[in-house]
Amino acid sequence: MCLGVPMKVVEILPEDRARVTAGDVDIVVSTQLVEDVTTDDYVLVHAGFAMEVLNMEEAAETLKLLHELADASYGSETKPEEANNNVDC
Amino acid sequence: MSIVDALRQPELLRNLGKRLSEISPKSCMTIMEVCGTHTMAIHRSGLRSLLPEQIRLLSGPGCPVCVTPTSYLDTAMAMVRQHDVVPVTFGDMMRVPGSEGSLTTLRTEGKAVEVVYSPLAAITLAKQEPDKQFVFLSVGFETTTPTIAATLHQAVKENVTNFSLLCANKILPPALELLVSNPDLRVDGFLMPGHVSLVLGTAPYQSVALEHKRACVIAGFEPADIMLSLLMLVEQFNSNQPRVDIQYRRTVRAEGNAKARALIDNTFKVSDTEWRGFGIIPASGQVLQDKFAAYDASHRFPVDIPPTVEPAGCRCGEILSGLITPPDCPLYAKACTPENPIGACMVSSEGTCAACYKYSRS
Repeated sequence: MCLGVPMKVVEILPEDRARVTAGDVDIVVSTQLVEDVTTDDYVLVHAGFAMEVLNMEEAAETLKLLHELADASYGSETKPEEANNNVDC
Repeated sequence: MSIVDALRQPELLRNLGKRLSEISPKSCMTIMEVCGTHTMAIHRSGLRSLLPEQIRLLSGPGCPVCVTPTSYLDTAMAMVRQHDVVPVTFGDMMRVPGSEGSLTTLRTEGKAVEVVYSPLAAITLAKQEPDKQFVFLSVGFETTTPTIAATLHQAVKENVTNFSLLCANKILPPALELLVSNPDLRVDGFLMPGHVSLVLGTAPYQSVALEHKRACVIAGFEPADIMLSLLMLVEQFNSNQPRVDIQYRRTVRAEGNAKARALIDNTFKVSDTEWRGFGIIPASGQVLQDKFAAYDASHRFPVDIPPTVEPAGCRCGEILSGLITPPDCPLYAKACTPENPIGACMVSSEGTCAACYKYSRS
């Protein structure tokens, strides 16, 4: 029930709404639960509402940690260019 | 590569599993995931096969559908039959058993039941058919409650009066408190719910960590999020420093979402409420504030219902408390299956028994 989906803001609409997309999905959600959301932000969408603006620096940190832990002892087939800072959802 | 893809890479997950085995304590460590979405994510991704033997995962009461009492379904169904209202509901409530049948049964009687993804759709439905009364079945934890609060405010603003709420919203921390206070429950750490925590932040879990000395990590829902969170839990356990950590930092802030909480506080008030399998937990529910009494379906459509009949042999309550696992229930996979569910744990798409049945049976 709590499954939220990260989606990209493509347009801010009047009355606290925004158009967001992920893959083939393109919907309008309410933004009244978030502060300061702009186009190109990623938001966590649940039940027709943007619940939070995603922190992309933290997302990059999570990926970095993931690769450090996974690569540290075992080597990995992960190629260096995959562990980059260009994160999108 | 998208972050979601990156968090699902099998090679990374296997390596995280190896690391987990390396640092895991020699003795058994039991971790409870509280959120139904975590239950499903763990099963669906097959993470259990990556875990060392001494790490035991238990499911808790974090599926709001699973903890909705039978009496709530009985009340909703009686409202439809006695007052001819149109129930509007999230999809996972449709097959939850009441004392006799479920919301699906109403459709076989020719009654309309509307399934929606967003509570806002209930307002659209109400505006489209002003001669009918639409009752939204307001079920959920703190992730969902603000969305329902926002919906109610919109109904008020647009003067949509043929809309009301039947409230069974719940607050998670009191249930956590009850679990950790139960001496029969041996749990060393918790995977805390990622999206409930998006709203609440870390504050409500501090007593679980600092007073009850259990490791707590707020976890995301991708397989690597869960593996990273398990690593963090083991590290807390090994260092004997239980605290509240956030693994899901791209989405959860320590202070949570104040705007969402303010909306809840402006709409609902805390009440004692019944949880399926737990009985009444004090200060664990949300009911409408008096100023919104006009939108309370239980006032607008009073019903008489006979006493609730719980199915004989159903042990959902003990499963939700983590005291037993699905195979311990005599009904599991025999009388109670996804096709013919008896208890809420089997019928909910995120229920512990549904997850176990779907993913663990060979």
